[in-house]
Amino acid sequence: MGKLVKLRIDGREVEVPEGTTILAAAAAAGIEIPHLCHHPELSPAGICRLCLVEVDGRLLTACYHRAAEGMEVHTDTDRLRRLRRLNLELILSDHPLDCLVCERNGTCELQRYAYEFGLEGNRFRGPDYDRQELPAREDNPFIRYEPEKCILCGRCVRACEEVQGRGVLDFASRGFSTRISTGLDRALTEVNCELCGQCLAVCPTGALTERARRFRGREWELRRVDTVCPFCGCGCRITLHIKDDRIVRVSGGYRGFRLCVKGRFGLSFVHREDRLRTPLVREGSGFREASWEEALDLVAERLLTIKGRYGPDAIAGLSSAKCTNEENYLFQKLMRAAIGTNNVDHCARLCHAPTVAGLVAAFGSGAMTNSIDEIVDADCILVTGSNTTEAHPVIAQEILRAVRRGATLIVVDPRLIELAEHARFHLRQRPGTDVAWINGFCHVILKEGLWDRDFVRERCENFEEFAEVVERYTPENVEGITGIPADALVEAARAFGKAERGMIFYSMGLTQHTTGTDNVLAIANLAMLTGNVGRRSTGVNPLRGQNNVQGACDLAALPNVLPGYQKLADPEVRGKFERAWGVKVPERPGLTVVEMFQAALEGKVRAMVIMGENPMVSDPDISHVAEALERLEFLVVIDIFPNETTRFADVILPAASFAEKDGTFTNTERRVRRVRRAVPPPGVAKPDWEIICELATRLGYPMSYSGPAEIMDEIASLAPIYGGISYGRLESGGLQWPCTDPDHPGTPFLHEGRFVRGKGRFHPVEYRDPAELPDPEYPLTLTTGRVRWHFHSRTMTGRVAGLQELVPEAYVEVNPRDAARLGIGDGDRVRVSSRRGSITVTAVVTARVPEGTVFIPFHFGEAAANALTNPTLDPRSKIPEFKVCAVRIEPVGK
Amino acid sequence: MKAFAEKKVLLSNVGAIDPERIEDYLDRGGYEGLRAALKRSPAEVVGEIKESRLRGRGGAGFPTGLKWELVLKSRAKTRYVVCNADEGEPGTFKDRVLMEGDPHRLIEGMTICGYAVGAKRGFIYVRGEYALSIRRLERAISQARQRGLLGRKILGSDFSFDLEVRAGAGAYVCGEETALLESLEGKRGWPRIRPPFPVDYGFRGKPTVVNNVETLANVPEIMCRGAAWYRTLGTGDSPGTKLYPLSGALNRPRLVEAEMGVPLRTLIYDFGGGLPGGRELKGVLVGGAAGAFLAPEELDVPMDFKSLWEIGAGLGSGAVLVFDETACVIDVLWSVLSFFAHEACGQCTPCRVGTVILLSLLEKVQNGSGDPAVLEKMLKVTHLMKVASLCPLGQSVRLPVETALEKFRREFESHLKEGPCPQCKATTEVHA
Ligand SMILES: Cc1cc2nc3c(=O)[nH]c(=O)nc-3n(C[C@H](O)[C@H](O)[C@H](O)COP(=O)(O)O)c2cc1C
Ligand code: SF4
Ligand code: SF4
Ligand code: SF4
Ligand code: SF4
Ligand code: FES
Repeated sequence: MGKLVKLRIDGREVEVPEGTTILAAAAAAGIEIPHLCHHPELSPAGICRLCLVEVDGRLLTACYHRAAEGMEVHTDTDRLRRLRRLNLELILSDHPLDCLVCERNGTCELQRYAYEFGLEGNRFRGPDYDRQELPAREDNPFIRYEPEKCILCGRCVRACEEVQGRGVLDFASRGFSTRISTGLDRALTEVNCELCGQCLAVCPTGALTERARRFRGREWELRRVDTVCPFCGCGCRITLHIKDDRIVRVSGGYRGFRLCVKGRFGLSFVHREDRLRTPLVREGSGFREASWEEALDLVAERLLTIKGRYGPDAIAGLSSAKCTNEENYLFQKLMRAAIGTNNVDHCARLCHAPTVAGLVAAFGSGAMTNSIDEIVDADCILVTGSNTTEAHPVIAQEILRAVRRGATLIVVDPRLIELAEHARFHLRQRPGTDVAWINGFCHVILKEGLWDRDFVRERCENFEEFAEVVERYTPENVEGITGIPADALVEAARAFGKAERGMIFYSMGLTQHTTGTDNVLAIANLAMLTGNVGRRSTGVNPLRGQNNVQGACDLAALPNVLPGYQKLADPEVRGKFERAWGVKVPERPGLTVVEMFQAALEGKVRAMVIMGENPMVSDPDISHVAEALERLEFLVVIDIFPNETTRFADVILPAASFAEKDGTFTNTERRVRRVRRAVPPPGVAKPDWEIICELATRLGYPMSYSGPAEIMDEIASLAPIYGGISYGRLESGGLQWPCTDPDHPGTPFLHEGRFVRGKGRFHPVEYRDPAELPDPEYPLTLTTGRVRWHFHSRTMTGRVAGLQELVPEAYVEVNPRDAARLGIGDGDRVRVSSRRGSITVTAVVTARVPEGTVFIPFHFGEAAANALTNPTLDPRSKIPEFKVCAVRIEPVGK
Repeated sequence: MKAFAEKKVLLSNVGAIDPERIEDYLDRGGYEGLRAALKRSPAEVVGEIKESRLRGRGGAGFPTGLKWELVLKSRAKTRYVVCNADEGEPGTFKDRVLMEGDPHRLIEGMTICGYAVGAKRGFIYVRGEYALSIRRLERAISQARQRGLLGRKILGSDFSFDLEVRAGAGAYVCGEETALLESLEGKRGWPRIRPPFPVDYGFRGKPTVVNNVETLANVPEIMCRGAAWYRTLGTGDSPGTKLYPLSGALNRPRLVEAEMGVPLRTLIYDFGGGLPGGRELKGVLVGGAAGAFLAPEELDVPMDFKSLWEIGAGLGSGAVLVFDETACVIDVLWSVLSFFAHEACGQCTPCRVGTVILLSLLEKVQNGSGDPAVLEKMLKVTHLMKVASLCPLGQSVRLPVETALEKFRREFESHLKEGPCPQCKATTEVHA
């Protein structure tokens, strides 16, 4: 912290760091200075002029001017009160006094000041100079803008620019005609707007409000429940505002107001008519409704029969990264203790198994090493294989914030993703050549002596072997493999090498390859080489896709570990669980997702229990999955909506959504947070944990808990990394594991002073070609990913009207040069084929993808990109190669 | 009492030389000031300007030497010189005459300034409508470059300096120095909060001298002839000559140059030729739109900074707008306020809303609403604008309103009671 300055505010002595504004200094002393244009998370504007204070008889702008040593500040003199009153009168002189029917009635900051200053009977109101009538605008799915209520504080403009990096909004015109505009007054959907609603969240008045909340309830009628966003791994804290058991609006988010479009506007799926509301049992080609009794009896009987006939390993279970920690724990307990098999996995396999394999080998722990809060203080940030803006919006905002504060951003990605627009370096590698450029970075850093000798010597092992391998990855060789110009590679590597605090972020773009584990190992090498592990604002930070993928892994919805990443092979560990669970824990590791379907095809797996997963869209090579599901003798699916997978089920059990149950989620930065029941589930749907308990009991393994809190206590007693976590402690906020005992404060960053495995281990890794390279028959490289409007298989977002209409169907991005060669125009229908199948989609011709590469988002069942992708597995982590396969494209005759 | 005649110092070349030929300027001793300056240290040059007591001619009358000194002494290495040639004040056209008729004088003045404060680059921000000024300046700059009077190692010294002309964005507020800087940086021309001032935080955050065209045009003369000579002109507090744009009800409305301190009466009746048709003078608006109304009793005031401040007015741009008995004061104020309402940038509340409220209140006066509180309300609003507006545009609206109300109170009251007078035009036109 810098120097402190001492000053007096209204007679109170205050000491604040140099650079603090007078307004903030006053706040620190418990004195509120009236303000409208100021927002603590935005840069100062100083334009409403309400915050003026007196300093030595002079008026200063408190939100803008800084506290200085010895200042004598008066914030509430008669003169100031008169000025503020008059200023408010001016603001209100042309304001539609619609408080009666305004959504911000009760929370409006203007209304609050009007009341506090007792502004009755405005002296300056008059029909003569009313602002020209400006109609309300609802030209996008979520945000309503009422220009007449706008007080031109500019908070929305600054939020859009500073937080979201979009700069969509600006002031237009001048004088009294000044207003907020998107430029030419186009609809938000026609400009570069992400519909994140940051603008709305900071608006002090009713000028920007959620369309969906109109006339659904005034603030004081709304019940508030604090919980966690159910979409991505950022795991933002949100508050649901509820009336009549319906979610009216959402607030909260990172630093109190920052969310993305899905979290802010995407929760209406909870109330959809087509939620599963009662158990369904197959009858002929359709389903009939059944009671819980009947459905659960049927499931238990069929599973017991199959287990009796073929043994427990003929049953496999898919747990869910969307369910709570408690449910994942119980699910694997169901499989291991009640059924007796380790055949349990979940979709993380499809995302981050290489992360776990790689980082456990290198560091001893597979999780994101550092925290979101630390991003802003990094001085160099390397992002690769993560379209962060779309997949982890809040983390992207933090990265942008760091860049605004001077951090160097390096993006390595074939596509021109949004972050690349803010990057000092954008390196576009050929898909599937990551090991080569990462080794190239290490090569340059070694060669130029930019590596951290002390760190490597004291804290790592196996350095020589690694150094020998990267020796060969000269910038020129790397250029040959990756297509990244040698000089660009050198400069970017240098920038990373020189950084004091370098942070690496990656996601599925790095892991979904046959070389996924090698990629992760290479990244770990880079971080160790530069000493960027075990300190604040550094680290290797895999971004976990789904809201609770971290938790699902932590709680061992995985075939080869027990909760808390304890080794299944270790008899002592097994012994501990056996004593707690009262049964034998099967020793042999179970099948992974892709292996499960293979085994089903081969008749080795006969029944499956799928909870909250939709493998029909999310798994590679879906025709194969369909066949496998078809083959099963019995399939039970627990979910909140009917989907592509439930079609194959024999029994469908209706589950409660995140808003309808208690539990915890663990976000990508290992932070465990409380999920709270806000509304009742539809029909007779139940929380998954209750369903699991009832099923286990019927399988002859009685399970009964008073609630998720008790389940968490059991987790804490068995998994040391969760050892200190309890619902009591979570009341006051989240805790980051490892948190080993009730007094442990949690761990913002891992490997401080010592790696979890002892020494960090360098792994020499060599570049290998992707399993499928383009050839004359399939000349293009396909890569897949997400778009920010949707989430995963769209079970949730596809049911949110506004989100669905923004990107209603799948598309393929084609580089203009490829398009020209193939005779494809923007908007044409095209057939995309690989060795495994073909789909027909609309072409989007764009330079976002480089020549030779095409991109398809993976959210769309009707045209599932995964009909094309390659299920060849990474030999170590068994992740399928989603990110690269060879395809061809042809126009479809009109 | 001193007899005042017109005195051409700044205008000495205007009309006498071909402004497109640098030779003409050189023939008449041009760039001698620069040569003289380069022979001395920057601090000495600043000292000379300080000693001359030259005050800024852009309106505020800030001592130019002091401004330069603040930049010279700054710790930042990169510094800039910016010439404010936005000239948006209604009835003001003095800078245009200088730029069109004698562009090298400005260039020379800026170059001396650049040398004195340690700047390497300068900008001339010219009102967009001044196409001819822009053309002449650009031509003059390229001629100066060819002669080694601009660019690298000027006149064989170690001093390098270059200039760029930028066309303004077409708003009056962009003449306000911080708005001008924002506009120069390619942003919306919105004034910045002060402090910090441009001398500390100017163009791209670096220390910057912002001076008016006329201010800088004085500099070569001072360098050639010395501060002592300069102080023999004008008054002790405001030495030198001043350009006075005369307009309104006059026989000879035009630009005149005279020594500071020339009485307003001399400007009107001698240089301006008096009022046409022997009409009676009703009042004068001195200093531009943001200036003060003066009554006939005040015509003997010397037209310099200090004397005008002493009677609660200001010299501003030096503009003199005369109106006679056939004009309605409320009309005149109406057009002044309409101007401000139109030109307010719109960022801060007191000015954005205050200007329209003033208009609406004035309309109530003119329409004879009979409500005596209206005048009180006008003063309340102007007071708020004065103390709480973000920039001097909003802050200065109070001056015309308060002086009009003070000096023509009776006229306001009679309108309030009886409605429009026979001379009233404004509201009837605007609201037709
Ligand atoms: C609304 C407004 C408009 C202004 N317009 C001009 C202008 O057109 N030309 C100018 O030189 N100064 C103008 N000024 C004054 C400048 O802000 C600044 O004081 C001046 O450029 C400083 O130069 P000087 O010290 O040479 O007078 C204006 C000020 C305000 C508040
Ligand atoms: S924005 Fe505020 S003051 Fe305006 S109508 Fe709504 S609640 Fe009332
Ligand atoms: S929704 Fe987000 S991107 Fe769109 S205008 Fe508002 S802040 Fe900007
Ligand atoms: S829309 Fe809201 S946040 Fe934006 S300027 Fe208007 S009042 Fe401020
Ligand atoms: S006082 Fe007027 S011109 Fe100046 S910043 Fe405020 S609105 Fe803009
Ligand atoms: S809060 Fe400071 S000017 Fe608006």
